[in-house]
Amino acid sequence: MTGTVINIDRVVKRFGTFTALHEVSLDIAENEFFTLLGPSGCGKTTLLRCIAGFEPVSGGQIRLHGEDIAPLPPFKRPVNTVFQHYALFPHMTVLENVMFGLQRLGWSVVDAEGRAKQALELVHLSQFLKRRPGQLSGGQQQRVALARALAPEPKVLLLDEPLSALDLKLRQAVRMELKQIQRETGIAFVFVTHDQEEALTMSDRIAVMSDGHVQQIGAPREIYEAPANRFVADFIGETNLIEVPVLGISDGMAEVSLPGGRALRCPTPLSRAVGQGVLSLRPERIDLCPASEADLTVIATDQVYLGTDIQLKAQLAGGQEMTVRLQNAEATRLPERGTEVGLKLEAGAARLLSA
Amino acid sequence: MKQLDLRRFPGFFAITLLCVVVLYAPLLVVSVYSFNASTSITNWGGVSLEWYVDVFTGPESPKFQRAAMNSLIIAVLAGLCATLIATSAAVAMHRAGRFKGKTATFALINLPLMVPEVVTAVASLIFFTAIGFSGGVGTILLAHITFCIPFAYLPIAARMQSVPDSYEQAAMDLYATPWEAFRLILLPLMMPGIFSGFLLAFIISLDDFLITNFVKGAGVETLPTAIFGAVKQGIKPNIMAISTLMLGVSVVFVTLSWLIGRSGQAKT
Repeated sequence: MTGTVINIDRVVKRFGTFTALHEVSLDIAENEFFTLLGPSGCGKTTLLRCIAGFEPVSGGQIRLHGEDIAPLPPFKRPVNTVFQHYALFPHMTVLENVMFGLQRLGWSVVDAEGRAKQALELVHLSQFLKRRPGQLSGGQQQRVALARALAPEPKVLLLDEPLSALDLKLRQAVRMELKQIQRETGIAFVFVTHDQEEALTMSDRIAVMSDGHVQQIGAPREIYEAPANRFVADFIGETNLIEVPVLGISDGMAEVSLPGGRALRCPTPLSRAVGQGVLSLRPERIDLCPASEADLTVIATDQVYLGTDIQLKAQLAGGQEMTVRLQNAEATRLPERGTEVGLKLEAGAARLLSA
Repeated sequence: MKQLDLRRFPGFFAITLLCVVVLYAPLLVVSVYSFNASTSITNWGGVSLEWYVDVFTGPESPKFQRAAMNSLIIAVLAGLCATLIATSAAVAMHRAGRFKGKTATFALINLPLMVPEVVTAVASLIFFTAIGFSGGVGTILLAHITFCIPFAYLPIAARMQSVPDSYEQAAMDLYATPWEAFRLILLPLMMPGIFSGFLLAFIISLDDFLITNFVKGAGVETLPTAIFGAVKQGIKPNIMAISTLMLGVSVVFVTLSWLIGRSGQAKT
């Protein structure tokens, strides 16, 4: 990663009395696959539309290589967008669609055609130049949209949930391809999605958003393994959230008292001692163990067979539900429903967050 | 649950037949008798095209040709102007976002559909008299443009509603100015609706009688007023031939308008 290509500086967006973005700040680096991840209504698409220029910002600045582009109309911003439903021009051929942006920039027909063909080659669609978008499958349309947005070599490519209209199998194949194209072209991608798996598999960095705020920015691994708060821990992957009394916090480590009385040391983003915290326990980092070594003791309530994994549902003495994920190979030693089970927290299973 | 089948209602067939007869029997009679060889309008004297020949070469033919020419010029110009105004109105209504008085504007555009035609006719006449315009092709044209606007507007607006604004956003994202986005993207996509709107306005103008009769000056005739004038002196078979020709033109244009509107819908 070299310099910053886009610098979002305290951007505010209001629709009437509703505030969609609350002073959002983030930097996107050159050559980066950056994902805006969050539930619907979190402001991720609004932020993307602000970068593209379709929504004027209510406050703050959007800088592209240091220059504030917030006052510029969309057709003067060197960024291109892949729309959620592609918005391919139905009355033009595939080639004409891809040439459109280049011709608006003043390229000659010959040059524009050459570049458009290159872009279509990049997405493996060279055989469909003369077709109309309506004659292509959803996956092919998505590639045309990508080629059309990449052809003018934008400084940043914006992608608004481009995979959501594809079926599951295709979506998984396109993910890897998209990532590969991003590496090949070296253009910074800003990818909007509500699908955490998509975000984790493709991104260099992720900004997790909710209610118009950025909750955390970091690499996929960091977001998953060291969530900054309860929202991120809960939204990314599965987790068990258990309220616990906090005994002490120092140097990023917390000491808490587990239900049942055992003390546990675990990492935390909190710096000051709090009376009560929320312990996030990742289900796949919990294992079964004999009662004498157990960190937690639970009553098994149910099992869900998931193929590679088996999900064990259990209840703490206080009645709180817990989920544990066990590898299918270990299926033979699954506890009977209603029996008492000891749980061992492996390294990295627990993280203390503010309540 | 069984679907309600209208055809099982008692008397369905009789009512349908009655409606069809009332609506189409007069047209059928006129069309058939236009091929009558006899000079009588009630007695059948064998099949002949003589009245069609009479329309183009008979003693009354110069009068009808002048009237037909007036009708054609007025219908084309009124259709074009109404389409232009209706297209602009549709763009404003569907692309300018919300603005104050949008609902009122919509009502205003479509008002001529609701106002009784005779009221529009009287009002137009009073207006032209008040501002000192004397009746002629000009006043007919102005009146026709006015009442053709809603007919052109409806298919254009319907078409425009089916074009999502993401196309223009995509165009602007790809460095097209708002004007280029309109000219290169929105306009071509709206074209079936615009064409359909023009044809509808054209045909509405072509066969308007009431308003035309009020605002036309003495001596200026369109085809409908000329036919009415001729009928006052007694119905002759050549009137039936002219009417049948007009019916044919109307059917062709309305069908064309419908087909174009439909094909455009199916493409996107």
